[in-house]
Amino acid sequence: MAAQHGVLTKILAKSQGDLLDAWVKEQKGVLKVSSQGEAAEHSRKFIDGLRAAAEADQLGDINGGAWAQARQALTDISSDQALKGATPGETAMFVFSLKGPLFAALAKEAGKDTDAFAREVWASTVMLDKLGLYTMEVFQKSREEVIRRQQEELLELSTPVVQLWSGILALPLIGTLDSGRTQVVMESLLQEIVKREAEIAIIDITGVPTVDTMVAQHLLKTVSAARLMGADCIISGIRPQIAQTMVHLGVELNVVSKANMADAFALALRSTNRKVVDRTAKDKEAAAIKAAAASAAAGED
Amino acid sequence: MNVEKTLTFPVKIGEDVVRLRQVVRAEAIAIGLSLVDQTKVITAASEIARNTIDYGKGGDVTIEVVNTSGRRGVKVVFADNGPGIVDMEKALTDGYTTGGGLGLGLSGAKRLVNEFDVKSTVGHGTVVTLIRWKA
Ligand SMILES: Nc1ncnc2c1ncn2[C@@H]1O[C@H](COP(=O)(O)OP(=O)(O)OP(=O)(O)O)[C@@H](O)[C@H]1O
Ligand SMILES: [Mg+2]
Repeated sequence: MAAQHGVLTKILAKSQGDLLDAWVKEQKGVLKVSSQGEAAEHSRKFIDGLRAAAEADQLGDINGGAWAQARQALTDISSDQALKGATPGETAMFVFSLKGPLFAALAKEAGKDTDAFAREVWASTVMLDKLGLYTMEVFQKSREEVIRRQQEELLELSTPVVQLWSGILALPLIGTLDSGRTQVVMESLLQEIVKREAEIAIIDITGVPTVDTMVAQHLLKTVSAARLMGADCIISGIRPQIAQTMVHLGVELNVVSKANMADAFALALRSTNRKVVDRTAKDKEAAAIKAAAASAAAGED
Repeated sequence: MNVEKTLTFPVKIGEDVVRLRQVVRAEAIAIGLSLVDQTKVITAASEIARNTIDYGKGGDVTIEVVNTSGRRGVKVVFADNGPGIVDMEKALTDGYTTGGGLGLGLSGAKRLVNEFDVKSTVGHGTVVTLIRWKA
């Protein structure tokens, strides 16, 4: 091992600072501007880690214990880049940009010993390629993490339970109802039913593109769970093409349904003994009664 | 029957079903199916895809735009290497389920399309073919 990376080990012991400076300069053209400050810091940590690995004589084994600090520096820069929206290529270039300065330093240190130079360049190339791949893996994982988090946020975001009136809740469903989402939807609806002592829940499926047996079954489960909590459900927004398809499919929801949310709300008000009246009509009626009373009074004189 | 266009991809997870529905929708619109017919074929495809995942342990789907004597249609073929369907007659009966479903997927999908075919060999797998023609 020592023979393979002897020159590099010497460079790291002697002129670690010079190598770092040359590398950071090299990164200017490669990294996103916003992360250059942090990159310099990560680079310093990485070179420190590299030196630690060299001192432990473990430069050949990037998965070894002596590499912990260097790997951590790469992990930090990769996830940082992923969060800032850098491409995988840009991120890998962070590692590969070390090749230039490193090979120059090797050439200088090896001097006339061309055999040593060739050997070290090859060993360093292998090492840096492995590190580049490692960076990509971390980057990929961070991206997946970002996507997963966004999906979860979307899941919660897209299932708001809103109160239309005291005792009347509405759940406008938008998008695909898979099992995961249905679980979230059902839980938040049941919670709100208890919290608001709701009697009626309107589930609006205007924004659900496909109602297959799975979606139907999820809806049915939600409706029966709501019933157990003491609330009746109304399903609204079944578009004509969905209605026809459901009939052919053979699914029956056995639940009160209305064409749209407005009709469902009107029904909900009626069944909780409330009524919406047209104020202008009522005012006219009141005015007519008043006028009649006035003329009757005038007639008595 | 001529094949104008064909696209194959795996159906293994829930996201694949979403993708399949989008592809079928795009093709159904492209050949000019009415909104109702689009919805029917999309829903049928969604049902069979779900079965492929739930019972067939995942498989492949092929979506084709086909034509015969001037009439165009969307054809969807599902193939899995799962356990196969033991009792075909029962499986095609409304309400029959071995997986706690509504038991309406196969029979319902059959009613939603113009041509429907299931071939299954126990221990080898299942192939379901469906076509919705433009009226
Ligand atoms: N690809 C398949 N491989 C093996 N068995 C299948 C396959 N597709 C369907 N089956 C069997 O046929 C039965 C009926 O299928 P069908 O789609 O009609 O109902 P389901 O999937 O059980 O419920 P639903 O589709 O209504 O949610 C299934 O329960 C299963 O036993
Ligand atoms: Mg099914």
